[in-house]
Amino acid sequence: MHKLAAASRHLVRFELNGKAVEGLAEPRTLLTDFIRHEIGATGTHVGCEHGVCGACTIQIDGVPARACLTLAVQVDGAKLRTVEGLAPEQGRLSIIQESFRKHHALQCGFCTAGILMSLDAFLKANPDADEEALRENLSGHICRCTGYAPIVAAALEAAEKLREIRNA
Amino acid sequence: MKPAQFDYLRAESIGDVHRALSEVKDARVLAGGQTLMPMLSMRLARPSSVIDIMRIEALGRIEEKGNAIRVGAAVRQAKLLAWPALKDRQPLLAAALPWVGHAQTRNRGTVCGSAAHADPSAEIPLVLTALEGSVEVSSLRGARKVAAAEFFTGLMTTARADDEMIEAVHFPVRQPGHGYAFNEYGRRHGDFALVACAAVVSRTRVRLAIGGVSDRPVARDLSGTNDEELAQAINDFAWSLEARDDLHATASYRRQLVREMGIRTIREARACIS
Repeated sequence: MHKLAAASRHLVRFELNGKAVEGLAEPRTLLTDFIRHEIGATGTHVGCEHGVCGACTIQIDGVPARACLTLAVQVDGAKLRTVEGLAPEQGRLSIIQESFRKHHALQCGFCTAGILMSLDAFLKANPDADEEALRENLSGHICRCTGYAPIVAAALEAAEKLREIRNA
Repeated sequence: MKPAQFDYLRAESIGDVHRALSEVKDARVLAGGQTLMPMLSMRLARPSSVIDIMRIEALGRIEEKGNAIRVGAAVRQAKLLAWPALKDRQPLLAAALPWVGHAQTRNRGTVCGSAAHADPSAEIPLVLTALEGSVEVSSLRGARKVAAAEFFTGLMTTARADDEMIEAVHFPVRQPGHGYAFNEYGRRHGDFALVACAAVVSRTRVRLAIGGVSDRPVARDLSGTNDEELAQAINDFAWSLEARDDLHATASYRRQLVREMGIRTIREARACIS
C-alpha cells in the first residue's frame, strides 16, 4: 500500500500534450486546479466542480473525462491532453477549432475547451457519427450562449472534413 | 468547493483494501470517482482517507461465471459497454448502460461504484434488481454474496458493512425463452431518471422493476395476469411505490409514467422473447 499523507504535498508526474510535466499536489488537490495553478495551463476551465457542466473535460489516456472529478495524484504516470494540445502549430487551428470559428459555435467560450476535447475524441472513434449521435455526445456539456445548433453544425462539418482527409 | 483533507492510499491488492477498511477509521473506497468526488467537493463526505482501488489488476475483469457476468470493482462503465459479448449475453444491461450518465462520465465511472452509491434513480442497481443479480462484498472477515433485493436497503443505503468492499457484481446472463427491455424518461438524456423501467418476461412470467420513484429500485412479479389485469396490477404497483412530489415531477406524474412506460416496456420485452 502506498500512502500519501493528507497535509503534505507529493510529486505528481504525467505527460501533458506530449510533454513530461511535474508538480506538487496535496491528495485533495483536484486535477483541474493542478493543471491550471501548478502547471499553468489555463485552457481547461473550471465550471460546476461536480461533473455536470463539462467545462473541465480533458482527455485522460485517450478518453474524455472530467478533470474536476479526478484527483491530481490519481493521474500520476498518465497521458493527458488538453485544449492547448489541439492546434497543430502556433497560429493555426485544428479542423474542429476552425469549424467552430466559422459556425460561431461559441460566444463567451467558457464551455468550448471541454466540448472540443470531447468532440476530438468522439470524431476519432466515430468518424461517421450522425447528428443524433453528436447531440448525444454533446449532452455531456452545458453551453448557455449558443443554443447548441451552431455547435452541432460545426461538429458535422468538422466530421465531414476529417472524413475527406482520411479518405484522401 | 474543494474537498477537505484526506490521506490517499493507493491499494496494490485486495488485501490492502481489506486491511485499510478494517484498520483506518472513516476510510472510503475511491474507484471511478464519478459520485464520490462530487460528494468530497461538496463536503457531503469527509473521509479520513480514500483508498484508490483502480490499480488492482484483479478487480479489472469482466468474466462469465456460473450463469452470470461477473464485473470487477475496477471495471469502468465504458469498458462493460464495449465488451463484445454484452448484447448477446445480457441484452437488458446493454440497453440500460447507455443511459448511465454521459459518455464522458462512463469513461471513468465504474459499474460497482454505481451499485455502492445506490442512487434510487440509477440504472445499474435497477438492472441488478430486475435480473435478480447479486453483489459480492468482502472484508478481512471473509466474503459474501448479497442478493440485489437485500443489498439496496434504502436511499443511498446498502447492506455493505463499513469494513467491507464491493469486489464485484453479478448480472445473470440471458435465459432462453426470455425477453428483456429497458425504458427511461428524464428531462434530458443523461439527467437523473424521473422513472426508469426494466422488464424481464417469458411466456409464463412477467417481472417489472422500477427506478426513480421509491427510495430504491423495486421489482414486482406480475406473472399470470391477462392484459386487463396487467394494467390494474401495474397501477397497484405504481401506487405501492409511494411516489413523492419534488422539483422535477409530481407524484401523480411519476405514477402515470410508471403505468405508461411499465406496460410499454413489458410489451417490448415480449416482442423480443428469444
